Amino acid sequence: MARKSHVQTTINGETVEFLCESRQSLLEVLRDELYLTGAKEGCNNGNCGACSVILDGRLVNSCLVLGVETEGKSVETIEGLADPDKLHPIQDAFLENAALQCGICTPGFIMSAKALLDSNPNPTEHEIRYWLAGNLCRCTGYDKIVKAVMDAAKETSA
Amino acid sequence: MASWGEASESRLIGKRVTRLSGKDKVTGKAKYTFDINEPGMLYGRILRSETAHATVIGIDLSEAEALPGVKAVIPLIEVGNKLRYQGQEIAAVAAETDDIAKDAIRRIHVDLEELPHVVTEDDAMVEGAPQIREDWAGNQSEPNVREDGDINAGFDEAAVEVEATYHTPVQTHVCLETHGHVAKWEDEQNLTVWASTQGVFGVRNDFAQHFELPANQVRVITEHMGGGFGSKFGPGIEGRTAVELARITGKAVKLMLTRKAEHLVAGNRPSMTQQVRAGATSDGRLIAYDMKGYGTGGISSGAGFTGPYVYHVPNSRAERVNVAVNAGNQRAMRAPGHPQGAFAMDSLMDELAEKLGMDPVEFRRINDPNEVRQAQYTLGAQEIGWHRRNTVPGAGTSVKKRGMGVGSGQWGGGGGRGTEARVTINADGTVEAVTGTQDIGTGIRTVIAMIVAEEFGLETTDVRVKVGDSQPGLPSGGSGGSQTTPSVAPVIKTAAAAAKQKLFERIAPLLDAPVGDLRVGTGTIYVVSDRTKTITWKQATGQLGMESISEGGTWEEDLRQNGAAGTQFAEVEIDTQTGAIRVIKIVAVQDCGLAINRLTTESQVNGGVIMGLGQAILEERFMDPVTGRMLNANLEDYKVPGTLEIPEIKSIVFDTHRKVTGVGEPPCIPTPGAIANAVYNAIGVRIRSLPITPDKILDALAEKA
Ligand code: FES
Ligand code: FES
Repeated sequence: MARKSHVQTTINGETVEFLCESRQSLLEVLRDELYLTGAKEGCNNGNCGACSVILDGRLVNSCLVLGVETEGKSVETIEGLADPDKLHPIQDAFLENAALQCGICTPGFIMSAKALLDSNPNPTEHEIRYWLAGNLCRCTGYDKIVKAVMDAAKETSA
Repeated sequence: MASWGEASESRLIGKRVTRLSGKDKVTGKAKYTFDINEPGMLYGRILRSETAHATVIGIDLSEAEALPGVKAVIPLIEVGNKLRYQGQEIAAVAAETDDIAKDAIRRIHVDLEELPHVVTEDDAMVEGAPQIREDWAGNQSEPNVREDGDINAGFDEAAVEVEATYHTPVQTHVCLETHGHVAKWEDEQNLTVWASTQGVFGVRNDFAQHFELPANQVRVITEHMGGGFGSKFGPGIEGRTAVELARITGKAVKLMLTRKAEHLVAGNRPSMTQQVRAGATSDGRLIAYDMKGYGTGGISSGAGFTGPYVYHVPNSRAERVNVAVNAGNQRAMRAPGHPQGAFAMDSLMDELAEKLGMDPVEFRRINDPNEVRQAQYTLGAQEIGWHRRNTVPGAGTSVKKRGMGVGSGQWGGGGGRGTEARVTINADGTVEAVTGTQDIGTGIRTVIAMIVAEEFGLETTDVRVKVGDSQPGLPSGGSGGSQTTPSVAPVIKTAAAAAKQKLFERIAPLLDAPVGDLRVGTGTIYVVSDRTKTITWKQATGQLGMESISEGGTWEEDLRQNGAAGTQFAEVEIDTQTGAIRVIKIVAVQDCGLAINRLTTESQVNGGVIMGLGQAILEERFMDPVTGRMLNANLEDYKVPGTLEIPEIKSIVFDTHRKVTGVGEPPCIPTPGAIANAVYNAIGVRIRSLPITPDKILDALAEKA
């Protein structure tokens, strides 16, 4: 078995240490080592956005980031988004707009939307569509997802 | 006669209710099969053929077996047998980590004797093409012929005729969660499998039979699943392999398909090529139709498609054959055979209408015997603004040209028997509904909760719904054919009604009223003749003491109806310099019967439209004739629609009656035809082959010029 590296990183505000092989992706580390299965694997090569997480404030496909690259960095995943007793406004907006069906793409979309609203609190509909173009959904038809993000933007920037 | 009651009396049914499992899904808590992690779990992987056609001469597993961390390596094909498509299973491994499993796969050595392959229909139909199925003469199946009336007499009567060839390529399902299972033997006789499936009980029965176990000792769980669209019924070779690896190693094994394998082996919508000649009378009656067509479902058959479709033709002949090629099997895909057939038929209708000098909607009105769609044509035309369309297709000199088109579809979705369910009322007032159906994203959980809550005067969140588990043995059919809601809803409704009746019988003496006088209010039960006699739900159930009420239901046919008509209108914009096509708006008028949850019903319609849009302008499996491989077995080159391709979608849930009908499939049927007709209306050149991509548009425009 290949040698493992020790990595210390921050995940959803908490310091986390893990061992991983240098070839393991952040997605694999999250899902298989840390059992944070909110980030999904849809393609494992950067084409679907199901694995979206935020790394040091930047939206990334976690299947394209190595686990060892997160040393000393900060990772935000879907599991850290809601407060214990309150959903994040983006999560609420997805629920209210029925912006999900099977839901497997949903964590990716929500993290993607979070990264957008963090940097651009008042996006236009076109900006939203452009930003979310890297997230695929086979069920919903996207319409309600875009509306959910518009609603969430109103909520968070109000 | 059982009924859903009047709309005015419904508190929940027919309303918009947010999804029950939604909170788990938006927080990442919802566990899909892909997310299951069992203690000590191993990772399974399958070595697949990269060769389209070959005989297996030898398989050497020893180097893989010797790799530390590898727990099992098994062959999946016997030496001497043939591999007949890229992606076919050769061997499988189970290892401590996914990376070790990948390493092990690379250490399996396979000796092949390559055979000539054919991967396109055209190549397969050439005389002397390599034969790829032993049970057929050549690469074509026996033709399936259907005749109605007398086509020669029909053509004699025709004033106009059209002859054309229409083509749709193979499309793949692209479920965002790939196929897969996590298998775990509790002991030698008890098996638990988490499966990403549309049919919990079908998968259970398959495993029971294959592994010779009593069915009730196999438990299949599908709490959440990431899309199936028809491709996830049986466990497939990967499912049986996961169970076998788990049996050999004595550990839980997770085996999910890669995205590449998903494209290659997990099913697809067959292609269609049809040559059709059709005629209409001068007063606009479709009178004769003669079609010869073929399609490929890979090495399997099943490449059927509809035709003539929806419109009435008194004289018709249709001949279809399956063509075998060296590619993965087809599987049912959302309304199998319909979108292909509808695209051809609706294109043909427009071509005939033009020859007659008739408005395409008018022409449809004359020939469509379906009353529901007659009304839908009016509504849809109004909504899209049909009067704005180009009266002369392709007219004008602007670079960007707009056009409008119409298409139609028809589906069954009436459900059937075979669902068992239990609705339980506990003494503490809690309520539970259990059945063995599965929620594949359509929202059946929420529908069940709404029905029970309506019956009991409660809120949907008061009802605990358990689906997606073959224990405790309450079977339900697979979620296919748009059958889930019409199969499940009537049983839940009657079970809830029976449980309510039992509760009424218990508390009638307390309220000093005949059972027939009791009614539920909102969280209460009262006597209809004397409203002062009211007790709360909790007070009522408190009467049960240590007992609970648990009732089953029956499938009452009166509660559902077969037949869902749909019509769609599309508006597109074509950039005549770049060939870029943008779908601006789709109006989808869909008969949904009684839409129990309007919110999720609308979502179903939206989702169907987008899948149809993908088929119309983006999706195509590309096979390389030289290597025999799929060139775009990923999500970069196999393009599915994304946020930038999405038009404004106006879903009109068209109420025709108060009986339940399934609508998972029908909304994807009319879309390609409507878009293709809109493209013609915009640029005045017809593209008869899907997907309608910029290169085809530019070629067509160049030819016209
Ligand atoms: S899994 Fe990372 S982009 Fe698809
Ligand atoms: S909801 Fe199923 S893939 Fe998006």
